Amino acid sequence: MSDLLETPLTALHRDAGARMVPFAGYAMPVQYHSIIDEHRSAREGAALFDVSHMGQVHLRGPSAIADAERLVTCPVASLAVGQVRYGCLCNDDGGVVDDVTVYRLADDVIFFCVNAANIAKDAAWIRDHASPDTIVEDRSDATALIAIQGPEAMTALQGLAGEGALGIRRFRFATRELAGHEVLVSNTGYTGSAGFELYCAPEAAPTLWSGLCKAGGSPAGLGARDTLRLEAALPLYGHELDDTTSPLEARLDRFVKLEQGGFIGAEAIARRREAGHPRLLAGFQLLGRGIARADHPIAEGDREVGIVTSGAPSPTLGKSIGLGYVPPALAEPGARFDVLVRGRPVAAQVVKTPFYRKTRSA
Amino acid sequence: MANYDFPQDLRYSREDEWVRTEGERVTIGVTDYAQQQLGDIVFVELPEVGRTFEKGEPFGVIESVKAVSDLFAPISGEVKEINPALAEAPESVNEDCYGEGWMIVIVPADSTEVSALLDAGAYAQHVESRTD
Repeated sequence: MSDLLETPLTALHRDAGARMVPFAGYAMPVQYHSIIDEHRSAREGAALFDVSHMGQVHLRGPSAIADAERLVTCPVASLAVGQVRYGCLCNDDGGVVDDVTVYRLADDVIFFCVNAANIAKDAAWIRDHASPDTIVEDRSDATALIAIQGPEAMTALQGLAGEGALGIRRFRFATRELAGHEVLVSNTGYTGSAGFELYCAPEAAPTLWSGLCKAGGSPAGLGARDTLRLEAALPLYGHELDDTTSPLEARLDRFVKLEQGGFIGAEAIARRREAGHPRLLAGFQLLGRGIARADHPIAEGDREVGIVTSGAPSPTLGKSIGLGYVPPALAEPGARFDVLVRGRPVAAQVVKTPFYRKTRSA
Repeated sequence: MANYDFPQDLRYSREDEWVRTEGERVTIGVTDYAQQQLGDIVFVELPEVGRTFEKGEPFGVIESVKAVSDLFAPISGEVKEINPALAEAPESVNEDCYGEGWMIVIVPADSTEVSALLDAGAYAQHVESRTD
């Protein structure tokens, strides 16, 4: 794994006995001890994730907000400073270049948090479509990112923040001093649990990580991150989303400003919807024994009609769940089809997503 | 290197299965190294009783949360019994891989195949050669 990039926390992961795997060019911890235990810590306690491999692309200048408005599917100009939204960068055909979170740092500064595997592609795409007076800067290498997720996340974070209340609402962010370092604290996540994402300088990351561990956070790997986001039915780029998929096929309607328009891909997305999507993303649970995995075919009778994009046993629900693309007639709750698990048909039923929804208090 | 338990009275395949011989019956499971590598085991698919396998042929599948792995027959023979408890409790492979987590019982087609398998010491070396 010597050719792989490392995050500022790689040494800590190795010391903790994590199993490291290659992911998007980085050596990343897939699990420390048990994916199921790590998953549970994000549902019942406070799970800590190193997501420093993710990218941050900044846009700065008088046209930055208008540029971002044209680049993503979600509204940008209406973002208050300190507010964050989820959206997609789309191409002219309405396919998804990447799915991102959009942070309004200042009146004329925005940054996109992007998937690790897409950093170079996104930075090039953004540069190509930004105004000449907008400064586009890939600050991925200068930014570490730690997520703390779960009902105890706030308590752990408060332990490092000292007296004053954090006072950051959902989908808001602010700079706070944590463990002696300046940290951008964002009330967001990718698990379906309450929690925060903490952006900091690479040199601050080890102290922050260790402090969060002492304050009750338990390290969790990418394995748990994947089962958590699947239970929350959050898409993963490369699985549910790619350069050919419309965000509407992926059921991301509420993150697409179709009425407002004015973003790259808007016309194509509208046109594709008018024409009728040949396939839609559906969440399903297996009724028979087995585990659906990405790329397993979905069949109706003898006919293959779709494909699984993600699947796993759900540690919280104790069921075998998955996401997949199927014809619209099979995409609504109650519909039934088979998933071909190593060629063997296993009955599945479409269910409402998210599979897991946190209770209000958690 | 992590700590692994490889009982002296068992024989081992290079594909991380163990075999225990009791008269005509050879019980087969996966090793402590295999279960630790796989992590939380959530599904085990076993063959039907009566099926025969050649040495090295896949006889089943073991799935952890993230990964799917084939189980390879360490010897040739006919399946006489499968562990029915694994359908409901696949985690017993993690908890007790040499006991409750056993997988199948085979009657060997050729008993010399068993003696050709690795002993505990040779298997431990084989494991070490694959880890940092």
